[in-house]
Amino acid sequence: MSAPPLSSTASAAAPSGKRPIGDVILSVQNISLRFGGVRALTNISFDVRQHEVLAIIGPNGAGKSSMLNVINGFYHPQEGKVFHKGKERLKMKPHDAARAGIARTFQNIALFKGMSALDNIMTGRNTMMKSSLLDQMLYWGRAQKEEIAHREFCERIIDFLEIEAIRKTPVGRLPYGLQKRVELGRALAAQPEILLLDEPMAGMNVEEKEDMCRFILDVNDEFGTTMVLIEHDMGVVMDISDRVVVLDYGRKLADGTPHEVRSNPDVIAAYLGGH
Amino acid sequence: MSTQAHPSITTTRAMDTLPKLLHHHAHTRPSHPAMREKDYGIWQTWSWKQVYDEVLLLAGGLAALGFRRGHTLAIVGDNRPQLYWSMVAAQVLGGTPVPVYQDSVASEMQFVLEHAEAHFAVVEDQEQVDKLLEVIDRCPSLGTILYEDPRGLRDYQQPFLHSLDALREKGREFIACHPTFLEQELQQGKGSDIGVMLYTSGTTGKPKGVMLSFDNVLITARNNVEMEGLTADEEVLAYLPMAWVGDHLFSMAQAYVCGFTVSCPESGETLLTDLRELGPTYFFAPPRIYENILTTVMIRMEDASRAKQWMFKAALELARKVGVRILDGEAVSAVERLKYWLGALLVYGPLKNVLGFSRIRLAYTAGEAIGPEIFSFYRALGINIKQIYGSTEASVFICVQPNGQVFSDTVGLPAPGVEIRIAESGEVMFRSPGVFHAYFKQPDKTAEEKTADGWVHTGDAGLFDERGHLKIIDRAKDLGRLTNGGMFPPKYLENKLKFFPFIKEAVAFGDQRDHACAFVNIDLEAVGNWAERRGLPYSGFQDLAARDEVYELIRDCVNQVNADLARDPLLSSCQIHRFLLLHKQLDADDGELTRTRKVRRRFIAERYAEQIEALYDRSRPSVHVSTEVTFEDGRKGKVEADLRLADAEVTAAATAPLRKAG
Repeated sequence: MSAPPLSSTASAAAPSGKRPIGDVILSVQNISLRFGGVRALTNISFDVRQHEVLAIIGPNGAGKSSMLNVINGFYHPQEGKVFHKGKERLKMKPHDAARAGIARTFQNIALFKGMSALDNIMTGRNTMMKSSLLDQMLYWGRAQKEEIAHREFCERIIDFLEIEAIRKTPVGRLPYGLQKRVELGRALAAQPEILLLDEPMAGMNVEEKEDMCRFILDVNDEFGTTMVLIEHDMGVVMDISDRVVVLDYGRKLADGTPHEVRSNPDVIAAYLGGH
Repeated sequence: MSTQAHPSITTTRAMDTLPKLLHHHAHTRPSHPAMREKDYGIWQTWSWKQVYDEVLLLAGGLAALGFRRGHTLAIVGDNRPQLYWSMVAAQVLGGTPVPVYQDSVASEMQFVLEHAEAHFAVVEDQEQVDKLLEVIDRCPSLGTILYEDPRGLRDYQQPFLHSLDALREKGREFIACHPTFLEQELQQGKGSDIGVMLYTSGTTGKPKGVMLSFDNVLITARNNVEMEGLTADEEVLAYLPMAWVGDHLFSMAQAYVCGFTVSCPESGETLLTDLRELGPTYFFAPPRIYENILTTVMIRMEDASRAKQWMFKAALELARKVGVRILDGEAVSAVERLKYWLGALLVYGPLKNVLGFSRIRLAYTAGEAIGPEIFSFYRALGINIKQIYGSTEASVFICVQPNGQVFSDTVGLPAPGVEIRIAESGEVMFRSPGVFHAYFKQPDKTAEEKTADGWVHTGDAGLFDERGHLKIIDRAKDLGRLTNGGMFPPKYLENKLKFFPFIKEAVAFGDQRDHACAFVNIDLEAVGNWAERRGLPYSGFQDLAARDEVYELIRDCVNQVNADLARDPLLSSCQIHRFLLLHKQLDADDGELTRTRKVRRRFIAERYAEQIEALYDRSRPSVHVSTEVTFEDGRKGKVEADLRLADAEVTAAATAPLRKAG
């Protein structure tokens, strides 16, 4: 049998292969959040669709992190509702949000500095660890099997994020860019449907940003995870997001594709600056 | 585990190809470990029988897809068991594997694949697949691409692209339909068949395809195994490029001859960890890796407590005095032996353990000159590091330093089976059973390199010293002359500069000139560390290389080299008068170095002609440079800087030179 003929029209470029964006998976409606006299968020509404990459942008103090914290269950808004997969979500604790498939990373990195990268990522499997404390202390039977299964899953994440070389290094000794990657790994270990990323590229140089962008896109592509990220680098936002929500002083200024938002006069005046 | 002292060294007709050797091990010692790979954090092991089965599956799959006797199979990727097995699978079917350097850019790959007329390619991952897809329309023979790691390749639609898993399925079906075909094909192989084709890295001109027969490779392998007493219990780490002849000899030929175990590390970055976990017994590294390791050790020692630093220094001094003599089997007093034993317990043992060198019985190095301090450091610790001299055209071994006759400035005695003579021009020539068959499709180049009676030109100038050891001076064609008639060996000067840990790379100029000048690349890690200790901030390589303090540091090194050169009457006029620090590292991707990191002299002389002229123009204090650089993915960019031209101290010669220097 001879080899199949070489078609000259065979595409040399890799196909994009992105999953089509699905229905609304998360919806925030008329959210208002106050801390005493400070109005962090005022009447914010937007949707997040499955498999998309949504960026939340705006000047410092606009309420972006507060918005993520509301989605995550850290803060409970005084007004407004959060709908997750069609059902209204009542006052929910963060661990309930985690169990429901929402994971997040933090702006200032909230890893356990004394633990190794691998152990930190393993903690992300926490919601899926079923054995009792006693079983785990004795490390026998089901606890052992579970640990091995979790370790295998985490090793695949380590392979995906290309951090094999630092898996045993205490996280506190890692450079900033790698710590962020480990944090992403920990969020991924929870197998989330929705991943909230709070300034994943803060403090990184160009090369590290490109790497992080690639991982974000790979996660979105390979696992179909919906990503909501807060980001300041406009180049990144325009490049990788499907839709952008712009906040300013707790209010929503715009909501649309990167291109629409880029040319919105209110957004330019408040945040982007004139050309 | 039983130890075979020597496998039968005879080249019996029964075992004159790699597949036949594999067959032998699979049937006589089936459960011994043949290959390991660290994957997902765990070392996975395959026995000889398992390897044999895998190779047959791959061969069956290749046969099912149309691979035939005489076809070539390109291999591109890091060291992975599946890629090694694919090579043997091709050999089973009577084809020739052609491993390619995995960090080649697409156009370099295209050259090799087209020239070698590769019909099939087995590659590691998406990165390599993308490079091939970029150039596939200029590789007319290439009809099938097979990949090992499916990550990122899920949505690729090309019908000629298959995973190795899919290939093995096809292989299973093929073997079911043709149960004896593969074994018959395997037995048809003979020693004179071309077992592998390796493209030389080409310091000048395009790479040439060196055709090596099984005899070339296996006889050479066996001769060395016999000389060094290698056994089936060796542990080897396969981390050097598969396209390099050394890896072919150490990780394939000798492994199959002896039946020892070869391990593939997890990734390039985990190399040192994997080395430590494995503790190889037989190791090869080019001098710069030994250098890097030493630099890392020294840098870390500077961070240690005073007590430990004192202990380390004392132990090293003792080692230098006593250790080398113990290693060479010379007489040593009982007191000294006791002290050395104590040193081993407290310092050398733990240090070797951390480096992964605890079990090394034999460590080779070759490719460039090695700094004498580095050499003595390792030997003082009891690591039997020896120099060898070889080339792709020789199936590696031309000269080897025997145990007990190890010196830093020679490359050793002729290896078993190798004859050497020095031509009138000073060029080293050799003849051996390892001499390559020919350059693929280049009979004229072959005739240039190999005489009718089998003597090969090495292109190196050398001489035999009073001990009978060969010393290599420089590339024969690079050996230049200054205008005063004095010899100008650029490589010799560059090596002296590179012996300093602060200097990573150097290029010397001086042929047809009054005096010598040099380009220097600083070693970012060593100089960066030095700068940090002095509280000097810097924002990257270019910034660091422009600092006055760093210039002083390097000037100091150049002055020391000059002082050394002044002592040798032959070389005193080669002292380096001026130098500059390059703003970017010389890089193979930019064509400045070969893939084995050797300097491409002519290319650099053309590209940096303006800067070289400026060096020779004493009136100029600096020169602007603007260079195009190529990133790893093939994109181009530009880097610009103003380079300061610094004067070095030239020492008056021991004897009066023909013309005054400077």
